[in-house]
Amino acid sequence: MSIRERLSGNEATAIAMKQINPDVVAAFPITPSTEIPQYFSTFVANGEVDTEFVAVESEHSAMSATIGAEAAGARAMTATSANGLSLMWEMIYIASSLRLPIVMALVNRAVSGPLNIHNDHSDAMGVRDAGWIMLFSENNQEAYDNMLMAHRIAEHKDVQLPVMICQDGFITSHSIENIQLESDEEVKNFVGKYEPEHYLLNDKEPIAVGPLDVQTYLFEHKAQQAEAMKNAKKVIKEVAEDFEKWTGRKYEFFEKYKLDDAEIAVVCMNSTAGTAKAVIDRLRENGVKAGLLKVRMFRPFPSEEIAEALSGLKAVAVLDKADSLNGAGGALFEDITSAMYVNKKQVPMINYVYGIGGRDTTEKQIESVFADLTEIAQSGNIGNPYRYLGLRKEEN
Amino acid sequence: MTEIDAKTPMEKLTIGGNIYNAGNAREFKTGDWRSMKPVWIEEKCKQCGLCFPVCPDNAIPVNGDKKRMDYNYDYCKGCGVCAKVCPFAAIEMKQE
Repeated sequence: MSIRERLSGNEATAIAMKQINPDVVAAFPITPSTEIPQYFSTFVANGEVDTEFVAVESEHSAMSATIGAEAAGARAMTATSANGLSLMWEMIYIASSLRLPIVMALVNRAVSGPLNIHNDHSDAMGVRDAGWIMLFSENNQEAYDNMLMAHRIAEHKDVQLPVMICQDGFITSHSIENIQLESDEEVKNFVGKYEPEHYLLNDKEPIAVGPLDVQTYLFEHKAQQAEAMKNAKKVIKEVAEDFEKWTGRKYEFFEKYKLDDAEIAVVCMNSTAGTAKAVIDRLRENGVKAGLLKVRMFRPFPSEEIAEALSGLKAVAVLDKADSLNGAGGALFEDITSAMYVNKKQVPMINYVYGIGGRDTTEKQIESVFADLTEIAQSGNIGNPYRYLGLRKEEN
Repeated sequence: MTEIDAKTPMEKLTIGGNIYNAGNAREFKTGDWRSMKPVWIEEKCKQCGLCFPVCPDNAIPVNGDKKRMDYNYDYCKGCGVCAKVCPFAAIEMKQE
C-alpha cells in the first residue's frame, strides 16, 4: 500500500536513499543537490539509517571514497550537480571502468561559466560517454522511483555498472509535489541485499582492483563495458516490470505521450516533458495530432526503439537542454538523428537548444515548436535544423 | 583464476582487469626499466643488514642465515637507495 506524501525532488531522493539504507554515503554539498546529503546526514544523526556518512572535502574525494567503499564490498552512494560532477570527472571514468555499481543522484545544473547555478543538462551531457547508466526523471515521483530501481540494475551480474539518476535542478529538486512512497519494508525487499562476488575486504580471496591496463588489455576491457551497457537494456526492462508489479507505476525506456497516432512530436528529457504534455493536451482539443517522446533511459541509448517510435511521424523536434557548442546540434539530437539514419527511418527533424542556465521554458514556447512542426510537415521544408528556443535576438 | 595473457578473448577476461589472487607482482619483471645497476662487492660487505630493508622491490634476496645474497636483477630498478645506505662502500652504482 503506497503512502501519499508531498515532497520536493531532493526530499524524495533522500527518502529513497534512507529506505535503501546503503553502507556508505560520501558527498560534498553543491547547489541544487545540497539538500540530498543534508537530509541524509540528518537520517544518519538520528539513527534512522546505519550508513557510514563521509563528509569529504571535495567532489573528487566524494567519488573516490564511494569507489573505495564499493570496491571494498559496500553499497555506496553519492549526490552532486554541475561543477561538482566536473570535479568528479576523473573518478567518474574510474568508477565505471572498475565496474563498480555505485548509484548517484545528479541534480542537473548548468556547468559554469559564466557562473550559473540553475538548471540545464550540460553537467549530464558532459559525462554521457563515461560509461554510466543514465536515467532521467520528469518529476519527484520519477526521481524516487528511478532511485528505487537503480541498485537492482547496477548490481546485476550482467551489468555491474554505475547508475546516475538525473532530475532537473530547482524545477524538480526544490518544487514540492504530491508523491506516492512505498513502505520501508517493501523497498528493502525490492532492492535486496548487495552480495558482490569479488570484493577487497574478502579475506578468503585477496584481489587486486584497478591494476595497470596496458595496450594488450584496455581495448577488451572497454568493449566489456560496452557489452555490459547493452545487457543493461534487458535488465532495466526486467526491473521496471517487477517495479510495475509492485507499485503499479510503469516505466519504459521512454514514455510515449499521445505519440501512437501523432503526426508531429517533440522529444525531450526531464521536467520539460510536463510542460509539453499540457501543450499537447490543448493542441489535441484543437485537432492537432501532437505527441511527445520523453527519454527516460539516455544511457544505454535505445536507438532502435526510438527510431521505430518516431518512424511514422511527419516532423519531429528534439529539445536539447544543453548546447554541444559544435555548431551542428545538441547531444540528444545527434543521438536521435543517428538512430534514425542507421535504422533507415527518414523523418524531417529539427533541433532546439532551450532552457540554458535555468531560462524558463513556457507552454507558449513549446506551442511555437509545434507550430513550426506543422509548417514543416506541410511544406517538407526544414530550413535551419539547428535552432534556439527562448533566446533573445535582435529582430531581423 | 584462469590464466590470462595477450591471446585471451574479451569474454574470458576479468572485468576491469581485476586480479583474483595475490602475490602476482613477481610475474611482471620490471628490472629492464633500469639504467643504473648496483654491483655488490662481497669482500667489502660486513653483512650489517642495512641494505635489504630499504629496497623498494625486494630485489636483495636474504638467505636462512639472514645474510644478503647477490641482487635479483629481474626486479632491481637501479634506484640506488641500497648504495646510499651502505656504510662500507660495498655497493657501487654502475651504468647499465
